[in-house]
Amino acid sequence: MNTARLVLNCTKFACYPANINCRRRLCTSQYMMSRHSHTKRIAGLDKNVWVAFTSVAADPSIVNLGQGFPDIPPPSYVKEALAKAASVDRMNQYTRGFGHPSLVKALSQVYGKVCERQIDPFKEILVTVGGYGSLFSTMQALVEEGDEVIIIEPFFDCYVPMVRMAGAKPVLIPLRLKPGKKQTITSADWYLDPDELSSKFNSRTKAIIINTPNNPIGKVFTREELQMIADLCIKHDTLCFSDEVYEWLVYRGHQHIKIATLPGMWDRTITIGSAGKTFSVTGWKLGWSVGPEHLIKHLQTVMQNTLYTCPTPLQEAVAQGLLLNLKMIDQPECYFSSLAEELEGKRDRMAAILQEAGMTPVIPEGGYFMLVDVTSLNQDLSHMDDDDAYDYKFVKWMIKEKKLAAIPVTAFVGDESKKQFEKYIRLCFIKQDSTLDAAEEILKNWSKI
Amino acid sequence: MGIFRTLTSNLTVIRLSSVRNNKIIMARRLHASRTDGVDKNVWVEFTKLAADYKAVNLGQGFPDFSPPKFVQDAFCNAVSGGFQMHQYTRAFGHPPLVKNMAKFFSRIVGHEIDPFEDILVTVGAYQALFSAFQALIDEGDEVIIVEPFFDCYQPMVKMAGGKAVYVPLRPKADGAILSSGDWVLNPKELESKITPSTKAIVINTPNNPLGKVYKTEELQMIADLCIKHDMLCISDEVYEWLTYDGAKHVKIASLPGMWERTITVGSGGKTFSATGWKVGWAIGAGHIIKHMKTIHQNTVYHCATAAQEAVAQGFEREYEVFGTPESYFLQLPAMLYHKRNKLAACLQSVGLQPIMPEGGYFMIADISSVKVDLNDKRTEGESYDFRFVKWLTKEKGLATIPVSAFYSPEHSKEFDKYIRFCFVKEDSTLDAAGDILRKWSQAQ
Repeated sequence: MNTARLVLNCTKFACYPANINCRRRLCTSQYMMSRHSHTKRIAGLDKNVWVAFTSVAADPSIVNLGQGFPDIPPPSYVKEALAKAASVDRMNQYTRGFGHPSLVKALSQVYGKVCERQIDPFKEILVTVGGYGSLFSTMQALVEEGDEVIIIEPFFDCYVPMVRMAGAKPVLIPLRLKPGKKQTITSADWYLDPDELSSKFNSRTKAIIINTPNNPIGKVFTREELQMIADLCIKHDTLCFSDEVYEWLVYRGHQHIKIATLPGMWDRTITIGSAGKTFSVTGWKLGWSVGPEHLIKHLQTVMQNTLYTCPTPLQEAVAQGLLLNLKMIDQPECYFSSLAEELEGKRDRMAAILQEAGMTPVIPEGGYFMLVDVTSLNQDLSHMDDDDAYDYKFVKWMIKEKKLAAIPVTAFVGDESKKQFEKYIRLCFIKQDSTLDAAEEILKNWSKI
Repeated sequence: MGIFRTLTSNLTVIRLSSVRNNKIIMARRLHASRTDGVDKNVWVEFTKLAADYKAVNLGQGFPDFSPPKFVQDAFCNAVSGGFQMHQYTRAFGHPPLVKNMAKFFSRIVGHEIDPFEDILVTVGAYQALFSAFQALIDEGDEVIIVEPFFDCYQPMVKMAGGKAVYVPLRPKADGAILSSGDWVLNPKELESKITPSTKAIVINTPNNPLGKVYKTEELQMIADLCIKHDMLCISDEVYEWLTYDGAKHVKIASLPGMWERTITVGSGGKTFSATGWKVGWAIGAGHIIKHMKTIHQNTVYHCATAAQEAVAQGFEREYEVFGTPESYFLQLPAMLYHKRNKLAACLQSVGLQPIMPEGGYFMIADISSVKVDLNDKRTEGESYDFRFVKWLTKEKGLATIPVSAFYSPEHSKEFDKYIRFCFVKEDSTLDAAGDILRKWSQAQ
């Protein structure tokens, strides 16, 4: 045993032909490295824009408009509901695996009303670890090797690695900017080309992922656009995974439409929602998938073999929050509408500041991000790492020189579309006034050294 | 006109019903094949049964008493803390938590644990196990699972495309089998199961459901094989603080040559009697943990912040009082020791033969001497212990878990005369269970 260990430590020993065990031990360090390497399913999936940028932006001297989380407090009643839940003994122990009963019932009431249909809380809903967890459960349940999944660019960055981890092939299609000048560009100026989209569907297409309101552009798909997608799903008999985590954050003049409510779509759609985005509690990591039993049951299978159940007191608190707001759903106090109103002001303020600084914002119809075109700044970044796309360089430069953090938009597109998006950065505006004030200071003084 | 209208409405009815009946929306396969064969789940089935019959629940493993006050207070503090407590924290583990855990476990494992490289915080130990299998087990890899095993290991290996190879703990040949310590692995049998495709072995100590606490010599035997055959070791130690009768929990990762090849899985839920918080972790060498991080960032990415903050404070407090009578890690096993003995006495008094667990939350009892008419058509074809547990739940209002659920298909027939009781319950629950058993035994 001791000899073996001694030999193990000396990786440069020559390999004697003598006996197998000896040879094994001699080469074990290197052998161990390859033996204990990762599985094929995660090949190439280790890089991640958040890992790259969040720790950098965590420096308190940096004004962080990068990662999408509010620095405004959540409504006090959800925090109170959580404190109350945690004081009940039973709430600190396991609850029902597929979703805490009071939460799935509340969800079925809220979405039943919104979708105008009866939703079975136990068979048509799964509670997951954030919208992220719903996306994962959906992919693992319904997507596999040999499948193709259509993803619209720019996309929330996890869609591609999740499709790949499920063994399938991502097929990308970009939103395109309508040509012809405009005074103010909005997310509505970005559209899907129907012929281009149609060409992406084939017999291997298992699903299309849509995200409305879209992160990062903020586009809110219109009924006609969703119908166009729905028609293709029905024609090609594919599934639709609809990421609607920002569903309540839709600004005046626009309406969030659920593709699952279009004819023929309920039976083939998984709709994903998020407590974190709904109640400004991203750190609670609770989300849900809503859909027909024959699809949800497979997501439930994945759930029972991955993490089994989500935290109980958090689910109870979200249930309370949903029920409270359901009572006020058509009133201004309802958080589902009051948050959107508050954010609209911040959106407009942010857009104005950016325009003043000589940048071109894309005004979002929904969500809490804004794309900004930095072309007109003509910032020279030739001294930086050539491997990075322009926006990556710009954001790194901006964090270092201007102490302002954003996220590069090419993180949300495939290689072929990088050129189309590399002059855009993404800013998050769900921030308290003092943060926006600090951002304003930086942007006002942009041209000054 | 009338005929026309009738015809139209009939046609509409026909059209609608063909659409409604057309649930099979895809001509080809709908669900991914990785979900084949992993859809049945003993917890989903039996917790529902216990709830439906409002049974006295000694089935699923969770305390029916509250977590200790200091962690409940820590949770409340976290909830009323700054806005940060309700927003995303560091994906691989909330900094205060990983730092406190590194500090706490370094001296136990005998290795300087890097909080950011060597620890991954997960949604319960369950997700740590899932991440380990997904990160390290490829199609065709073999994984040795020691039976009886916590049931999720098998479907998780399957979902990762791996092949489970089972090695049972067996009661020693000589004398009465009264303790979990009397169940042992046969080293030759274990080694015979190792092939060039064997990637890892999964052990669970203290063991669920048996309660066995592996001794150093037993772990050394396993460690020797891991090193000899260059295997990884996944060590599920969620019940690490719960040992009785002087049994000592030993971490296989602390044995020579094992740190670099072991993933040690732990649970905040079991450590602090707060199973509903779902905070777990994997601790191991950075070169292995990094692959689990890749899985994590493509599955859930973050875990809930406030719960992690509370567990962090729990560890800080325990670090200060470690080894003293104040320590929850001494108080909890002391409390559970009495409950264990209480339940064992109760089972013995009605003719059920318990196997005294050296550790953990559970006790298994031999039901072979019990004469009962399991005349239920609905459970025909199921294994004896499954039928017995269902009968006991429905007819007597006492919920337990069948032990063959913790065995492979090939060995479950050998072990279908045991049922599992959880004794981590309030005395009133144990008393209620005792009453049911006494009445039943008197009626016989």
